[in-house]
Amino acid sequence: MAVKDIAEAVVVMDRVKVVELVKTEIAAGTEIDEILNAGLIDAMDIVGQKFSDGSLFVPEMLMAAKAMKAGLEELKPHLSAGAAVSRGTVIIGTVKGDLHDIGKNLVALMMEGAGMDVVDLGVDIDAEKFVKAAIEHNAGVVALSALLTTTMPTMETIVAAIKEAGIAVKTIIGGAPVTAAFADQIGADGFSADAPGAVELTRKLLAA
Amino acid sequence: MIIIGELINASRKEIGTAIEAQDVNTVQQVAKDQSDAGANYIDVNAGIFVGKEPQYLEWLVQTVQEVTDTPCAIDSPDPIAVEAALKVHKGTAMINSISLEKERYDNLMPVLAGTDLKVIALCMSDGGMPETVDDRLKIADKLVNGLVQNKVKVENIFVDPLVQPMSVNNDFGMEFVVAVEQIMERFEGIHTACGLSNISYGLPARKFMNRTFMSMAICRGLDGAIVNPLDKGMMASIIAAEALAGRDDYCVNYLKGYRAGMLA
Repeated sequence: MAVKDIAEAVVVMDRVKVVELVKTEIAAGTEIDEILNAGLIDAMDIVGQKFSDGSLFVPEMLMAAKAMKAGLEELKPHLSAGAAVSRGTVIIGTVKGDLHDIGKNLVALMMEGAGMDVVDLGVDIDAEKFVKAAIEHNAGVVALSALLTTTMPTMETIVAAIKEAGIAVKTIIGGAPVTAAFADQIGADGFSADAPGAVELTRKLLAA
Repeated sequence: MIIIGELINASRKEIGTAIEAQDVNTVQQVAKDQSDAGANYIDVNAGIFVGKEPQYLEWLVQTVQEVTDTPCAIDSPDPIAVEAALKVHKGTAMINSISLEKERYDNLMPVLAGTDLKVIALCMSDGGMPETVDDRLKIADKLVNGLVQNKVKVENIFVDPLVQPMSVNNDFGMEFVVAVEQIMERFEGIHTACGLSNISYGLPARKFMNRTFMSMAICRGLDGAIVNPLDKGMMASIIAAEALAGRDDYCVNYLKGYRAGMLA
């Protein structure tokens, strides 16, 4: 039951309590995997849902993620042998010519919260860098962000370059002007309008 | 306050559809409504139409200017589209916007050099988005100097210090307004302008936060705004804030606004 309390503390964004409860559970000998999954990762799913349905807002999502990460820090020293927790690797970045990073950062944060390994390349990233990172990190998903109508065509170039490179990686896109229709048009594997949606989509693609 | 009406933007569905259908009436109605509500410039944007932007921007300028004498703010980073729009524009247009991003800067500077065009100078560089007052001032300094060296008058420059969302960093509100104040102090005769709805990204009741933030920025010297002039709450806040900032002698505009029913 107490593991559920950790999740609850994450959802109410109480960092101090999360750390305290995680320590207690570790001391009590609770499975590290259970603390991680039922305590921390599930909590971020709930946070994501609440954000999507409009009952939580961006600053609260950030606070919850911070609380979750504080709990994760406590777990880390115990995560060594066999407890490989990653649900796959995601390469994320804002495309060449575009410097907007706020939405992209939120998506990266939520993906980390969902237990994925996230490699954030930053902003103004060209096709070559995305391809290189996808190969180097053996990524399952490449996530592209663009906030400008003028940089949307760059997404097409990058998606095409990834396909041409012949690597087994899915591409997803997002950002204010981007639509599902545009994703279809350029041959991306998915689109999301918000951060929790992007996490859900990535989870499905990584499991596929 | 110099109001730049933001509604004729192709990324708004109504306008995107109207542009594609060459629907003169819809565009003219939105232009006229904004002029009547006090816009000093009508922003025109056809950015979503890759390849057709010059043609559509030219059409927008002609269509808008058939029903109003209010000049346009030509909203594009593409010099070909900007030139096409300028070719048919009557009066002195505003260009929205140059920035310190190399490509944008190199493309638009020749269009602006030696002209009497108004220009929005956006504090953005290839180094990314500015976060602090200092980041903004460094970019503003280079932009203003570059423009002045290219014979653009200081009084024709509107520096946009770039609003960033409050929801992700507690300092983003104050860093912006302090930057406004310092830019206004450093360059005599300059203007500042911004689109400010980004401040409330990720938060509820956005209109309330946008209006309050507008008042705070006006208090520090902001004298231009890219807004929806049909948003009565916003326009009322602007009128009241200008009076409170001591920029409305004898509260003339405030009282005029009151009598016109704008402060209700």
